[in-house]
Amino acid sequence: MEPGLRTYVVKRLGFAVLMLLGVSIILFTIMRLAPGGPEAVLIGGEFSQEAAAQIRQRLGLDRPLALQYLGWAGAALRGDLGRSFKTGDPVAALILDRLGPTVQLTAGALVLALVVAVPLGVLAAVRRGTIWDTLGSAVSLFGVSFPSFWLGIMLILLFSEVFHVLPPSGLSEYGRESDLPARVRHAILPTLTLGLIQMASFMRFTRSSLLEALRQDYVRTARAKGLGGGRVVWRHALRNALIPVVTVVGLSLPTLVGGAVLTETVFAWPGIGRLAVGAVFERDYPVIMGVNLMVAAIVITANLLTDLAYCVIDPRISYR
Amino acid sequence: MTAPARPERPSALGRLTRNRRSLIGGVAVVIMIAAGGLAPALAPQGYSAQSLLHRLQPPSAAHWLGTDGFGRDVLSRVIWGSRVSLEIGFVATALSLVVGTAVGSIAGYFGGTADTVIMRAADVFLSIPALFLILIVVALFGASLANTALVIALVTWAPVGRVVRSECLSLRNRDFVHAAQALGASHARILGRHLLLNALPIVIVQASLLLGQTILIESGLSYLGLGARPPLPSWGNMVVEGRQFLASAWWVATFPGLAIFVTVLGFNLFGDGLRDASDPTLRGRSS
Repeated sequence: MEPGLRTYVVKRLGFAVLMLLGVSIILFTIMRLAPGGPEAVLIGGEFSQEAAAQIRQRLGLDRPLALQYLGWAGAALRGDLGRSFKTGDPVAALILDRLGPTVQLTAGALVLALVVAVPLGVLAAVRRGTIWDTLGSAVSLFGVSFPSFWLGIMLILLFSEVFHVLPPSGLSEYGRESDLPARVRHAILPTLTLGLIQMASFMRFTRSSLLEALRQDYVRTARAKGLGGGRVVWRHALRNALIPVVTVVGLSLPTLVGGAVLTETVFAWPGIGRLAVGAVFERDYPVIMGVNLMVAAIVITANLLTDLAYCVIDPRISYR
Repeated sequence: MTAPARPERPSALGRLTRNRRSLIGGVAVVIMIAAGGLAPALAPQGYSAQSLLHRLQPPSAAHWLGTDGFGRDVLSRVIWGSRVSLEIGFVATALSLVVGTAVGSIAGYFGGTADTVIMRAADVFLSIPALFLILIVVALFGASLANTALVIALVTWAPVGRVVRSECLSLRNRDFVHAAQALGASHARILGRHLLLNALPIVIVQASLLLGQTILIESGLSYLGLGARPPLPSWGNMVVEGRQFLASAWWVATFPGLAIFVTVLGFNLFGDGLRDASDPTLRGRSS
């Protein structure tokens, strides 16, 4: 690795750690500043002040805010995210348990979105002003305008209620958890929902990026030396046009994971999103912190990798 | 005598109405805003008028969009529901624009440390999945209009800030800015008079696109049960209520969602058209 790149990587890693710290402080402060606390949820119904105080003491919520944070952060650094207020289970185990379905859902949606969006974006750019271009902009406009939960429900209406071809919710049927075809059938609608929403920005970006690339001198040179249209597009323009698309894929991760919250709720999909929603309603602070921190860590790492990939793919980009 | 006709460039407004996309979008938006504003006069019934004898009636002449599980008129509730969505949409967008524009122009104009600090802060906010943060704040602090709008603004200012920043970065080296600086204009004057005024078209485009986005976020929140409290209708909570009748009464969940879709699509179309009209060189290069 050349020295310039090494400094850049070290610098970016430093920023990534600082950002994670920032995220955790913001989240911790917001949660503890909120009125009310977990005691109301934990006891349920009427309760005395003493009982509430007792619970707060047991959970360590009576200590000064800064001390609570330092205690949490110290443990988190050692890999201990605490235990759920509600169930007493270790937070890390809860998250690991739910990580698989969410990764499956988001990865599937990402692949689906790319597989449709990139070729469509290429067509829209190459056949600019034709029906393909119109179709492309329709897809991208509709994609950013659909409420994902409603799109999901409409897909359920169509495929489960009208045609009865796909199951409306869940990860698999009871007792048939290892049945692969059944699991695939359950995954189709949620993946489709999340993927359709995501397609829009990828397709827009591929199109505008390729249009930009087609205007470059090296494309004119390639054309001038007599290369065929297809070869120019695929070999010369697209390879360069896909560089910024890589960044957009990285930047879309927060949206994708955020979208998973609603998609998982609509389809009763046992992932991180539903874990987060449940924890928020039950004021299960350690679970909220754990889930959000892990999601932020994944997103920050992905952005870091994207930036690094960018440097490696495109030698013109200088790293500062 | 009239002045000789000069070959005139069509005005921005002229280009805007000639752009079919922005025209369709604008019409959709105006209809939805009018529906919200005139709800008491327009809605055939009150939003909570129940009639248990007429539960889950399909669309008919009496109830154009059918009735829901309490026998309430879906059309009336869709019309009333636009108020909640648009209110939060407008307030959140206004907040987000003010913060994003202020912060972005300062970062772009002054550069240096201010720029680094502000953009890193923006990075932090961009790396928390927005919906997670909104969910936490609204669930813990309560789903009031102010809370919801404030937290939506909190997660949407960063992209606005970035756009305004890059616009100001390119504007600050233009001749007219250097001229103003040479004449001894204050930073505040240059920022307000020269940078922001020139960045205004971009900000307006952002406003339109942001309105669509905030309405989507609000509807997602009310879908999760963190929006308007029933019986007050919001498009999001109507879709949730309709979900349970999906098999027998498709219209209950379908129409409120369609209203969200049409409104958001309207704002997006309008914003796109606006971008083309305000700066023809940007046409087809939207990201």
